[in-house]
Amino acid sequence: MAIDTKNSKTGFVSWVDERFPLSSFIKNHLTQYYAPKNFNFWYFFGALALFVFVMQILTGIFLTMHYKPDASQAFESVEYIMRDVSFGWLIRYMHSTGASLFFVVIYLHMFRALIYGSYKNPRELLWLFGVLIFLLLMAEAFFGYLLPWGQMSYWGAQVIVNLFATIPFIGPDLAEWVRGDYLISDATLNRFFAFHVIALPLALAGLVFLHLVALHEVGSNNPDGIEIKKTKDKKTGIPLDGIPFHPYYTVKDLMGLTVFLIIFAAIIFFAPEMNGYFLEANNFIPADPLVTPSHIAPVWYFTPFYSILRAVPPILNSQFPGVAAMGLSVIILFFVPWLDRSKVRSVRYKGPLFKKWIAIFVVSFFVLGYLGTVPSNIWGQFSSVIPLIGGTDVATIVARIFTILYFAFFLLMPFYSKKDQTKPVPKRVTMR
Amino acid sequence: MKNFIAFLLILFSAHTFSADVVKLDRAPVDLSDKDSLQRGARNFINYCLNCHSASYMRYNQLLDIGLSEEVIKNNLLFTANKVGENMTIAMANKDAEAWFGHAPPNLSVTARSRGADWIYSYLRGYYRDKTRDLGWNNKVYPNSAMPHILWQLQGENSYDMDSGELTLIKAGTLSVKEYDQFVGDITNFMVYLSEPHQEKRKKLGYYVIAFLLVLLVLTVFLKREYWKNIK
Repeated sequence: MAIDTKNSKTGFVSWVDERFPLSSFIKNHLTQYYAPKNFNFWYFFGALALFVFVMQILTGIFLTMHYKPDASQAFESVEYIMRDVSFGWLIRYMHSTGASLFFVVIYLHMFRALIYGSYKNPRELLWLFGVLIFLLLMAEAFFGYLLPWGQMSYWGAQVIVNLFATIPFIGPDLAEWVRGDYLISDATLNRFFAFHVIALPLALAGLVFLHLVALHEVGSNNPDGIEIKKTKDKKTGIPLDGIPFHPYYTVKDLMGLTVFLIIFAAIIFFAPEMNGYFLEANNFIPADPLVTPSHIAPVWYFTPFYSILRAVPPILNSQFPGVAAMGLSVIILFFVPWLDRSKVRSVRYKGPLFKKWIAIFVVSFFVLGYLGTVPSNIWGQFSSVIPLIGGTDVATIVARIFTILYFAFFLLMPFYSKKDQTKPVPKRVTMR
Repeated sequence: MKNFIAFLLILFSAHTFSADVVKLDRAPVDLSDKDSLQRGARNFINYCLNCHSASYMRYNQLLDIGLSEEVIKNNLLFTANKVGENMTIAMANKDAEAWFGHAPPNLSVTARSRGADWIYSYLRGYYRDKTRDLGWNNKVYPNSAMPHILWQLQGENSYDMDSGELTLIKAGTLSVKEYDQFVGDITNFMVYLSEPHQEKRKKLGYYVIAFLLVLLVLTVFLKREYWKNIK
């Protein structure tokens, strides 16, 4: 008989292995994939992002079963889900809260990469795939936000699509092409639905796969920014500071996931609107093309970029510079691997200059984020006796200052990262 | 990290609705008060559901607030034949627009868009204004298209623009306190109406979080057990 009884695998697994690389896949990517043993708090968010992605897809499938992508039925069908579909309210809140938490998790994940230099050689492609995922995620969230067809959905989409109209020469035609109509309408809703439920999730799934392939090719970075593959056990060839992803990080991530789920459940069950940040009050009014809300603000995760858009003054009566600045504020992330000229990866061994700049960046991100949620006259105007800025909204000037600082963090990086006094990097990772 | 969380909390608590010009009164919302919800349902269906629909809601959802199908059928079913039907109205939107200039909005989720305090203050905010076509104006929502439907109950108020105070000039069939309760019950009901499953949601939330806390203890021990040799 051909069955190998000495082999510890069952007959079925070896049957599969002869036809599909099941065992070798599990070995290469889980049980014998070695990750640095010194991962800290910041290293939970990659796995969490994957979890939220899968959850958004699953809840999205169930929402699609009951939702009607039709301008005359969309709003009502969401309320139908909330009231008449068994546990529809739960699925809908999981999806709406999941969208916001997706961005929380992704922002923390990206911040981790920034402070530990996870974009540096040889992880540039890994970073590029990541930024691309972030970009598509923003598009996915934007398309999804139109679907409930409330006032904020409608006017938010109106504002964003009109951004395209500011592009010189082709703008107005481009905006019309995107909408499929002269204004946001049923045609727009239908195409946004198509993008939201199939085009972007498919692209995202592909990119997440590539992101993971790139990660497993180069291996994870760690809080010390030390390449663990450089110090291997001479006999086994296993990195001395590496531990198998499974079971060590699977059980650790399980713990992190449980903490995440507690926060997630607290929001879903007790504050699904999150005080108007996750679900806006105006979005409980059906879309009305004839009534413009007094204050249109995007959902919180877009507000830092929205602030940059508003901060840049129009030039020659064109809003395009603001739109370009907003686009650039995201696009600039692609260049980070080449902007950072530091000899070391991790903030632990970088000098005071980098620490100052990353602090400035974080403060800018939050201030811009806050300002994007409020009307620009929130802090009043400067007295007209002050030259140059007299009469201008205080918040607008503050937003301009922080917009400059936001860009300065990136654009000055080649200089301060090179000049910075770095500390010596140890040979082996540290557990702290 | 602690600073970061503190910063997030500040950020989230700083949200203000700057559009509110008039100070709103706090609505007495208590979704566990079934009597109030039942009175609110009665008031809402008798006074509001003639011009306004609440069409996302089904009548038999009211079983939630302790009403039986019999009671619903005999006392509340003015615009439908079966308890499983939605709370619609007979007036067509097109006619309503022609008659009022603006169709009365669907009230199913108004408590979520306007807030309970706004509804409570609005329904108590009417005053006599001869300059308006229908003789009424509202301090919370100036030049509101809706006439004061509840005027026989509340009576008539005058409004002092400077102090922002309403003064009763002609008593209604209800005392001020009774009227406040009447409107409070409607508001309470409209909060329920805006999300009928919210009490169930909160109740389920405690079980889910309790389960997750137990799971957290287990996963923490599991992680420690695996990691005890990693130095």
